[in-house]
Amino acid sequence: MLQVDGIDVCYGDLQVLWDVSLRVGAGEIVVLLGANGAGKTTTIKTVSSLLKPAKGTVTFQGTRLDAVPSHKIIEYGVAHVPEGRRLFPDMTVEENLMVGSLRGEAKSRRSRTMDWVFEIFPRLKERRRQPAGTLSGGEQQMAAIGRGLMSLPKLLMFDEPSLGLSPILVADIFRIVELINKQGMTVLLVEQNVKHTLNMCDRAYVLENGRVALSGTGREFLDNDHVKEAYLGI
Amino acid sequence: MEVFVQTLVAGVLKGGLYALIGIGMTLIMGVMGIINLAHGQMMMVAMYLTYVLFHYLGIDPYMALFVSMPSLFLLGMFIQRFLLNPLMKVESILPENQVLMTVGIAMVLTEIARFIFTSNYLSVQTSYSTKAWYVGEISFSAALCVAFAFAALLSAGLFGFLVKTDLGRSIRAVSQDNEAAQLMGIDSERIKIITMGIGAALVAAAGTLLLPIYYLFPDIGGPFTRKAFVITILGGLGSTVGAIFGGVTLGLAEAFGATYIGMDYEDMVGLIIFILVLLFLPGGFKRLTKV
Repeated sequence: MLQVDGIDVCYGDLQVLWDVSLRVGAGEIVVLLGANGAGKTTTIKTVSSLLKPAKGTVTFQGTRLDAVPSHKIIEYGVAHVPEGRRLFPDMTVEENLMVGSLRGEAKSRRSRTMDWVFEIFPRLKERRRQPAGTLSGGEQQMAAIGRGLMSLPKLLMFDEPSLGLSPILVADIFRIVELINKQGMTVLLVEQNVKHTLNMCDRAYVLENGRVALSGTGREFLDNDHVKEAYLGI
Repeated sequence: MEVFVQTLVAGVLKGGLYALIGIGMTLIMGVMGIINLAHGQMMMVAMYLTYVLFHYLGIDPYMALFVSMPSLFLLGMFIQRFLLNPLMKVESILPENQVLMTVGIAMVLTEIARFIFTSNYLSVQTSYSTKAWYVGEISFSAALCVAFAFAALLSAGLFGFLVKTDLGRSIRAVSQDNEAAQLMGIDSERIKIITMGIGAALVAAAGTLLLPIYYLFPDIGGPFTRKAFVITILGGLGSTVGAIFGGVTLGLAEAFGATYIGMDYEDMVGLIIFILVLLFLPGGFKRLTKV
């Protein structure tokens, strides 16, 4: 479904990704692991076309995403829930959700999709008229995920959704990611929370210093000594 | 007491027009992240347009609104599309430096006006230019009242647009988080072009409404750019509700300054308030209204 082929990405003169390739199949949950600064966010920002690869290609269902401007990506069915939620703080929860469904089919199905989002996150329904900036961290993450869902994407990419949340909320968020996946959306998850994600994912990639160091199924990773030592601390 | 009420009325009415000028600038500030230092000059262009329509075609200034606003909307879009947006694509130019471009645009607009109309003072004399209504001893300038009504109507219309429509929500989204807005499928360059057009159309309305009671010369843009800047800062950068408060505050400050200190000190009082706000309320009125 999504194919990233040998991309190099630079910020000005500074190269941060070297020959990164990964693949996400339809219906899968794929996790991108790695320490801070390993290039995880850069990778999915490149998929979203916010960054352009110096070399290599990003292909989604036959379309070269690296040739598409970033604001058009969502029309191809790729939604990106960015790191740090990035809600529109002075707009209400409801307005944030509306802005998630500006294009094409998502717009005509807006009210139905919103009911569905409120079903998944009843909390958001209670807070629908509140400015997004006044929500708690967990609620903001829910709103950000909800906003991503509003475009009815085929592929939903999450950038560290568990960041800064309490363990109970983290479990909640991952439960919802699995639920969304069961309803038919493909998920690409960027995480540092290794234990949780390896148990729920189909396949995983580890980035180290801008290169793919390891790839395999979640099961293989849990048995891998290097992963155990470096990321699970066992 | 009568003098006080009269000053209050004059200040509020003028403040309505100032609000219109400020809202345009603050909208542009919010979306583009820069101060448009050609704002007053755009107003000057609208005023000359109104003058020409009145003088040569006999079109009433209030009817001229229907020409000046769309014209300036197009001019604003043109400026953003061909002069400001290309600058953003050059990585070595800091976004802040677009401000310098707006200064250049302001100069060019002023000198074009001088080239065509010379530096002479012009004015538009209508039947209602000096007309006033009286409530007791208090006079309400007819032209200012109409201007105030238009300003209120346009502001209300703008709010409705920003809150109720997808395009309005997109404008607010870009001003609150440009990158996230792009991820939601919003073409921020297009939004910037439209926003500049709206800002220009609003200030055009202010210019056209002001013409029957004001005079006109090519350099009139500068003082109004400065006023717009003061209003925008008073209101808290990027806040539309704040700009209304800022506009009325400046109108009142100038009116009271003119009445109680002296006509010559009108602008000084406005600037003193400006400095006081910067010192004691650095976020502007936005800090109080939270909108």
